[in-house]
Amino acid sequence: MVPGDLRYTKDHEWIRVEGDEALVGITEYAADQLGDIVFVELPDVGRALDAHATFGVVESVKAVSDLYAPIGGEVVATNDALSGRPELVNDDPYGEGWMLRVRLADAAQAEGLLDAAAYEQLIAEG
Amino acid sequence: MPYGPHTADDRARMLARIGIDAVDRLFDDIPADLRSGPLRLDPPEPELELTARLVALAGRNRVDLASFLGAGAYRHWTPPVVDQLLLRGEWYTAYTPYQPEVSQGTLQSIYEYQSLLAELTGLDVVSASHYDGGAATAEAALMTCRATRRERLLVSRAVHPHYRETLATYARGAGLTVEEIPLVPDGDAAGTTDLDALGRLLGDAERPVAGVVAAQPNVLGLLEEMPAIGAAAHAAGALFVAVVEPVSLAVLAPPGEYGADIAAGEGQPLGIPLQYGGPYLGIVACTEPLIRQIPGRLVGMTTDLDGKRAFVMTMRAREQDIRREKAASNICTNQALLALAASIYLAAIGPHGLRDVAASGAARATELEAALAAAGAPRIHAGAYLNELVVRVPDAGAVHARLLERGVLAGIPTAHLLPGEPGLEDGLLVCATEVTTTADIERFAGALRDELGASSTNGTAQSPVAGAA
Amino acid sequence: MGVVGERLQPTLFERSHPGRGGGKIPHPPADALARIPEAARRATPPALPELNEPEVVRHYVNLSQLNYAVDTGFYPLGSCTMKYNPKIDEWAARLPGFAGLHPMAPDAVAQGTLELLFELEAILAEISGMDAVTLQPAAGAHGELTGILMVRAYHRDRGDTERTEVLVPDSSHGTNPATATMAGFRTITIPSAADGGVDVDAFRAALGPRTAAIMITNPSTLGLFESRIGELLEATHVAGALAYMDGANLNAILGRFRPGQAGFDVMHINTHKTFSTPHGGGGPGAGPVGVRAHLVPYLPSPRVVREDDGTFRLERDGERPASIGRVRSFTGSIGVLVRAYAYLRAHGASGLAEVSDDAVLAANYLRARLRDAYRIPFDRACKHEFVASASEIRQRTGVRTLDIAKRLIDKGFHPPTIYFPLTVEEGMLIEPTETESLETLDAFADALIEIAGEAASDPAVVTSAPHEAPVRRLDEATAARQPNLRWRGMTGAQTPCPD
Repeated sequence: MVPGDLRYTKDHEWIRVEGDEALVGITEYAADQLGDIVFVELPDVGRALDAHATFGVVESVKAVSDLYAPIGGEVVATNDALSGRPELVNDDPYGEGWMLRVRLADAAQAEGLLDAAAYEQLIAEG
Repeated sequence: MPYGPHTADDRARMLARIGIDAVDRLFDDIPADLRSGPLRLDPPEPELELTARLVALAGRNRVDLASFLGAGAYRHWTPPVVDQLLLRGEWYTAYTPYQPEVSQGTLQSIYEYQSLLAELTGLDVVSASHYDGGAATAEAALMTCRATRRERLLVSRAVHPHYRETLATYARGAGLTVEEIPLVPDGDAAGTTDLDALGRLLGDAERPVAGVVAAQPNVLGLLEEMPAIGAAAHAAGALFVAVVEPVSLAVLAPPGEYGADIAAGEGQPLGIPLQYGGPYLGIVACTEPLIRQIPGRLVGMTTDLDGKRAFVMTMRAREQDIRREKAASNICTNQALLALAASIYLAAIGPHGLRDVAASGAARATELEAALAAAGAPRIHAGAYLNELVVRVPDAGAVHARLLERGVLAGIPTAHLLPGEPGLEDGLLVCATEVTTTADIERFAGALRDELGASSTNGTAQSPVAGAA
Repeated sequence: MGVVGERLQPTLFERSHPGRGGGKIPHPPADALARIPEAARRATPPALPELNEPEVVRHYVNLSQLNYAVDTGFYPLGSCTMKYNPKIDEWAARLPGFAGLHPMAPDAVAQGTLELLFELEAILAEISGMDAVTLQPAAGAHGELTGILMVRAYHRDRGDTERTEVLVPDSSHGTNPATATMAGFRTITIPSAADGGVDVDAFRAALGPRTAAIMITNPSTLGLFESRIGELLEATHVAGALAYMDGANLNAILGRFRPGQAGFDVMHINTHKTFSTPHGGGGPGAGPVGVRAHLVPYLPSPRVVREDDGTFRLERDGERPASIGRVRSFTGSIGVLVRAYAYLRAHGASGLAEVSDDAVLAANYLRARLRDAYRIPFDRACKHEFVASASEIRQRTGVRTLDIAKRLIDKGFHPPTIYFPLTVEEGMLIEPTETESLETLDAFADALIEIAGEAASDPAVVTSAPHEAPVRRLDEATAARQPNLRWRGMTGAQTPCPD
């Protein structure tokens, strides 16, 4: 269920490193915990993010959660589809429900994040 | 206790089930040194005696005078059907519709309120009520700061002084700067917001402005150049907040038409009694792009599992119970019953009735202007007004007090309303609505003529009716 | 037959027929608006509905019957104190002398209302143990803002500008942290201890030279008295901070615990809860704030003043320069305060003490009755409300607290507050109040016990509830994703009313 090729944070974001860029989203576990997602607030393109900085907010019917940058970089694209169809985060969290494309300051930082096995253990512990 | 159900036997059975011998045991967890003794209050008062006490207290207020008071709260006639319907316990003894399946009445009524106010304001998103006009204005101004991420507000000095003071209180807490836009001191535009001064205040590139706040009609009753104020605000990247009076929106251009991003105002004129200042109804409406900044409850249309149309509170993640310290506002309990009163009022009186209310006020004000001018108190300003106006009365404060002794509430001395404002040292702000009678106008004009010692050649006023306060 | 009326209603706009209604207001002269410049006028009239009065009455009477209310049944909504609303209070607020008084009326014509307000301040000061009370705030949250702005002004006046933090327990009402933000403070959240109280060690660790205030609800939102409150208050004051009490739960402690006397510096009172001014489908309420002497200079303006000759007046502008200023347009939600005054007079000292005793008795009785069917996370003497949890039921059957709440509707009851406080899993906060009979309490307990049984025997009937309400569960996700917040005419975009 947890894709093996991604890295994860304790705050339930995932990151897919592709060269010096990366895609960022939230995990299926996080989307399930929030319930029906109704709104995603994302940063402007061009914004510089430090690792662990809040980059946005995700809202469900009865909950709200901040989003944290897994590692530092500059936002080069955001997923515009989410403004009209926030449910993509529930339906396809690792695919069409992606949130940011970031140009990484230091791709090696991703190595410090959780791998799939470690993340699975984290959510198993609740 | 008159409303409690428990007999001694009931209490004994409850204590037995809990397994204790006295209700005092349930308070043993209050530390002994912090327990209080019995309250030092009067004994219970039977309803018969309480009724007499309340009638006596209410009787000490004088509500039988010829009143020309306005300035943010207005006497109107309310069809009796409004209060008869409000008195249904299903409305006033329910609470926030957290359980939509058993709250469709409240929810639909709120949706209808939002729709009615959207029609009046020309703005699509209407929050389901704030405390009153002052608090609504403050919340609207804070919205502009969140939306623009700027921290400086400009407020016309012709916005009601109590609203400006309320905004200042809220702004101090939030660490925002509020500056006043002065009024034009003389000439045809005297008493309205000074557009040149606004331009200068907006021109300070170092200190960008979040929002510009102006009222229509303004607190002196005058009509402002709202499109020009809005255009100036937008040219500087600021948002425009229009403070409006809802009855006037039957005949005046709606804020959505002249470029306001947010409308704020006092809903009291829509069927809500004066009751010395509250509970009233704070109106906040905004354009769709600002939807996530608007504080307070929103109700939306949706469907149930069977596809039946139904209503539900929505976009709740803006609110304090979910977002806590990051909420758009701390508002929880609001003015829902007053929003319902406004809706019933609008439904009962209808669009033509509302126009008649607004136009009758204007007609009565024309009559009042002529009578007061004939009595020696001409209008101060040259600009257009709807139903409130300022007349010049030498030594206005003293004359106002003497008119009260003659049974006339002669409006509000402008020297109290806008202290230090040039040209307003000797003014009375007076108001007329559809309930103002010709007899009241004659009583006011006659008493004023006597006080001023002026002789009139064409006035219709008779000698004052006795009726000291 | 459902617990409320079954018939959904068309909107006002669907009921509208051009040409209906009108005739209530005399027509003004045709030229009444001639002096208004064209540019300032409205080009097209607002598209408000046109109805005759009988249609208006049917609309609102039928709509009202879709509501559950205290006047129709038991409403144990925790934290909200949904007690009976005496009808004399409604009558009093409508007396023409109270209802018709203009807020800018000179003091000389407002003596009745001013006297009532002055007397009400004194009654509330006695109940709260405070030195002075402002009646201005419009609601509890507005009272919180007023109180915390006074705290801010107090520290500033002492040159104590480094205090930027407000401590709140994790079980607090959301209004507390939201208030702290509005008043320019950072919120520090304090965890709860295992016994449900504030974690005193964590509290002490967070307290310091940056703390401006603590905000404590006592009894807490779990319905438990903070028995270490003396320690908390002392530590707060030693640190130079002030203690704010959220008075939402005052109904439990009338005549037993006076917060000001115990050491709180400032508190608000929700009149619509404790003093039974009705909740109105969401409001209005009133949120008077009591303060100890050191905060009196900062009270919002204007206050009611009694002159030596026994007459009353409002403070003049600028009379008390340290005031935080106005918090609203006029002097207060007077209509609500008249109701509270009537309620307080009708009860008097002994009646108010009985209110709290009976409210606490009823809550503990229900707790005892439900103990076997539900988990009671803090199973000791509660105050006016308590938390029950369906966490074990959920583990066994998959039925959640939300489902149980919806099933209660079928059985004729309004559900308790659910999923609050956030610190209890599958929690429901049950507040019976003092005005419900033993028969009602028993019927409610029986219903909840029956539902616990259904969760085991026939979970589907619970998870698909309600079955007896005018509508089934709603699609809240679509409502939020594609908000439809206003009627736009019969364009086909609106779902028509079923029937």
